[in-house]
Amino acid sequence: MIRLNGEDCDVRAGETVADVLARLGVGVGVGTGVGARARGVAVAVDGEVVPRSAWETFALPDGARVEVLGAMQGG
Amino acid sequence: MSATESTPPGAGSGEQGEDFLLLAGRPLRSRLLLGTGGFPSLHVLAAAIEASGSELVTVALRRVDPAARGSLIDVLAQAGVALLPNTAGCHTARDAVLTAKLAREAFETDWIKLEVIGDEDTLLPDAPELLRAAEELVDAGFVVLPYTTDDPVLARRLQDLGCAAVMPLGAPIGSGMGIRNPYNLSLLREAVHVPVVLDAGIGTASDAALAMELGCDAVMAASAIARAQDPVRMARAMRAAVQAGRLAAAAGRIPRRRYANASTPDAGLAEFN
Repeated sequence: MIRLNGEDCDVRAGETVADVLARLGVGVGVGTGVGARARGVAVAVDGEVVPRSAWETFALPDGARVEVLGAMQGG
Repeated sequence: MSATESTPPGAGSGEQGEDFLLLAGRPLRSRLLLGTGGFPSLHVLAAAIEASGSELVTVALRRVDPAARGSLIDVLAQAGVALLPNTAGCHTARDAVLTAKLAREAFETDWIKLEVIGDEDTLLPDAPELLRAAEELVDAGFVVLPYTTDDPVLARRLQDLGCAAVMPLGAPIGSGMGIRNPYNLSLLREAVHVPVVLDAGIGTASDAALAMELGCDAVMAASAIARAQDPVRMARAMRAAVQAGRLAAAAGRIPRRRYANASTPDAGLAEFN
């Protein structure tokens, strides 16, 4: 179980940031890699930035607080 | 308002066509920055960007909504504008720094409009937290553009920390109250050498013109355009106002006087009777 954008979310052991992004419909695509398909998106886990280059390999620990943020009109 | 009597700092001669603002090494032809919040639709936003002539627009970071329709990022890319991410909604230096780092990751820019809010009702900046965040972000290599009060001393502190510009308010965010303390703003203008971008409080075109006449290098408008009854027309008005104010500042206004000063000479006046 993790907290994903403020809500409880079941994940399997070893699921990565990229897996969770795919569930949200972010960065889903073939061939270009998840990073290139998710312009304007950033991820923090437990208050730390997870760089795009680590999305495919960063396995989420149980209880992780995951924030997936995207571009919003503002300012 | 002595700032109006001297040529304001900044690149260019003040003549239209060759006047540009150098912001952290980036030349901008338009001295109007646009906030993207509050527009009724992405379509209106795109039209307003074009009408404003703005080359630099703000964008915020919020939790991804899988149900959201349309892509803000695509609209802004299509408009050909540079992005200025903000830290809107952050109340501590810690949150603002983390948000800036996430924005750098999301938008691939080191530029950050730093907002650290200290009060929910007025949305006024929290000065100590703002200074803390600015220092940390400058050290981390960011181009920091802090939203600040119209306090000249605080502005100088932010400049001395290495901020690329300062963005003082004219009045609280979204209030449309205009420039409540023009004297402070002109003092602030004289207190720093980095660009001054009037941010917050603009209600209508004359407010933007006044900011430029007081020596500001640029104006940021968000709600004043986005929440106008006709945002696209207001964007055009703001664009003209910023240009007019800039030209007037460079031209040098006449001194104020309490009594009339005839513009027609007495010499050669006819005598009847």
